[in-house]
Amino acid sequence: MSLLIRNGRVIDPSQNIDKVCDIYIDKGKIDKISKKIKTPSGKNVKEIDAKNMIVCPGFVDVHVHLREPGYEYKETIKTGCMSAAAGGFTSIVCMPNTNPINDNASVTEYILLKARTEGIVNVFPIGAITREEKGEALADIGEMYEAGCVGISDDGVPVTNSNLMRRAMEYVKPFGIPLIIHAEDKYLSSDGVMNEGVVSTKLGLKGIPGASEEVMIARDIILSEITGAHIHICHVSTAGSVRLIRDAKKRGVKITAEAAPHHFTLTDEAVVDYNTNAKMNPPLRTQKDVKAIIKALKDDTIDAIATDHAPHSQDEKNVEFDLAPFGIVGLETALPLSLKLVEGGILSVSDMIKKLTIKPSEIVNIGRGTLKPGAIADVTIFDPEKEHEVCPEKFLSKGTNTPFSGWKLKGVVHKTIVSGKVVYSKN
Amino acid sequence: MAFNRKNILSLNELTQGEIETILDTAESMKEVSSRDVKKVPALKGITVVNLFLEPSTRTRSSFEIAEKRLSADVLNFSSSQSSIVKGESLVDTAKNLEAMGATIIVIRHSMSGAPFVLAREINSSVINAGDGSHEHPSQALIDLFTIRQIKGGIKGLNVLIVGDILNSRVARSDIFGFLKLGANVRIVGPGSIVPKYFEDLGVQIFYSLEESLVDVDVVIMLRVQAERKSLEFFPSLREYSKFYGLNKDKLKIAKKDVTVMHPGPINRGVELSSEIANDPKSVILDQVSNGIAIRMAMLYLVSTGDKH
Repeated sequence: MSLLIRNGRVIDPSQNIDKVCDIYIDKGKIDKISKKIKTPSGKNVKEIDAKNMIVCPGFVDVHVHLREPGYEYKETIKTGCMSAAAGGFTSIVCMPNTNPINDNASVTEYILLKARTEGIVNVFPIGAITREEKGEALADIGEMYEAGCVGISDDGVPVTNSNLMRRAMEYVKPFGIPLIIHAEDKYLSSDGVMNEGVVSTKLGLKGIPGASEEVMIARDIILSEITGAHIHICHVSTAGSVRLIRDAKKRGVKITAEAAPHHFTLTDEAVVDYNTNAKMNPPLRTQKDVKAIIKALKDDTIDAIATDHAPHSQDEKNVEFDLAPFGIVGLETALPLSLKLVEGGILSVSDMIKKLTIKPSEIVNIGRGTLKPGAIADVTIFDPEKEHEVCPEKFLSKGTNTPFSGWKLKGVVHKTIVSGKVVYSKN
Repeated sequence: MAFNRKNILSLNELTQGEIETILDTAESMKEVSSRDVKKVPALKGITVVNLFLEPSTRTRSSFEIAEKRLSADVLNFSSSQSSIVKGESLVDTAKNLEAMGATIIVIRHSMSGAPFVLAREINSSVINAGDGSHEHPSQALIDLFTIRQIKGGIKGLNVLIVGDILNSRVARSDIFGFLKLGANVRIVGPGSIVPKYFEDLGVQIFYSLEESLVDVDVVIMLRVQAERKSLEFFPSLREYSKFYGLNKDKLKIAKKDVTVMHPGPINRGVELSSEIANDPKSVILDQVSNGIAIRMAMLYLVSTGDKH
């Protein structure tokens, strides 16, 4: 079946397109973008009216926790993909901290098999840097690459040993995939549970200083300089990190970076009342940091918006703050929260889409995030003006752990199309 | 002034008026304790559960005596004997206690914010008897009550808190309480346990005990922890005591009528020399006896407060 999307405002930053026109999709590929495309005769063509909507490449999220295998009570590949589709994401990159950890090709193959049979969006796995994420020996990086991993990461459990990190960079470089870095000095974080600052002081909660992130970013920039490896910094949360990345980019270091919607939307004030749905790592920081991240999104120091979608069960979160696991869900709130940057005049809608499509796709080199003729037809159609209230119980994710419950936000995904097939429709 | 709270979770969230209401109520409760028959029927028929999930003798005993003087039915629930050991969550434990008819739950917990979790999940009144390094409201109320008795008021006093400010729940409650009633608050201790963020709460930070003692009306000494973990913050108790231990000579720098307080239990010879602990300037045992009156007032006020 073919699709003809009519009258939408088509925005594709990869081709500098921003105009009202039609898109014809045939055999799962983008066939044509132009005004008033005639309905091809003799074909089974489904027409979609996208009037007053934005039609753009499907979103790409380079930072998702799908939890399967091992933590299916939090999320499965199936529900994670459904959640992604509901949020307008057609490609998601999943982190290796499952159980077992994705540190060898058999786990990678399992994830990809599950994704092919049960997932409705494209899933690209990330492998671990070290075996069992223990920071002691390299994981089977080459075999995981062959099996389909698009990067390697130590998300959540940083490689403390600088020598091993250097070797990982040297080893992975010829494969042409990036190191996806969760920058954190666990010694500096100590047993902190939120940002170290006035709020943690008032609440008597142990703080994670911004320095904990910055020290590791500085180290990995230096290691990238001696190895030439591409490093991608996850969930940048502090003004100091932004400064380091900006400086490194200026000096030509092969570095990219992402920011999560919660880090450019909320501050550590959200933790007041010990709200465990505002507990994530890196933690929510201060207004000064939020401003710096927003500025970095504007000047392209930060390349992409990524959710760090981290579902947990309600029982795990409904406990003492110290005991609650880090992380919040993000796939189904990313678009409306990003649109706030557009409404605030910080990003043009085209720049926002760029950071949700072609930019993240380039980071992991998966060839998505574009509507170029011949490209796989991953398309998102959304209404940027429609207001809705965030209702976690209506999420398609198993996780309801969000600090945005009850927020009234603009921006509703109307349809999500993967390989020319509608996988999500707003009813 | 009316007291319309169902819970007492922190001094940070109480107003000056509410704090004064508790102190005034404690005055009348103190009178009860001076009677031959030390009992009033204020909480008759009300079940109070002391949910102490962290070891405590003094605070729990003090609450228990206060509850009994108000004729409440008292149930003690401690961590070693509780279902928490069997893996039950705090919320489930509290919901069970509520189902058994607990009207007021007094909770002590090793983690900051635990009383807030309870208050969110159950309808019973919740009193925070100390949570992690967050707050210890009843202890600070005792300090305020004791100082008000001795000095005639709080406003304008120079109050110095000495020691492990970073990890102390007493310090936080005292800071909020004394500031709200108009005192000037100073803190002093090693740089590693007196974080700069406290300045934003409106206190003055010192690193020299001698300098901080100038013109001081009240000194509150905090207990220093001698565990291994604390050695990350200062080299040894010996060195700590040398710089921050209070003795007779150093105390001379403060005002002549200075009052010395300690929430206990004291490490004699570490934060306080024995001569000071036994000195009339120190009101440590007054603090203990006033504790019962303050806790009676807290229990009474939440039982009459707004149930919504």
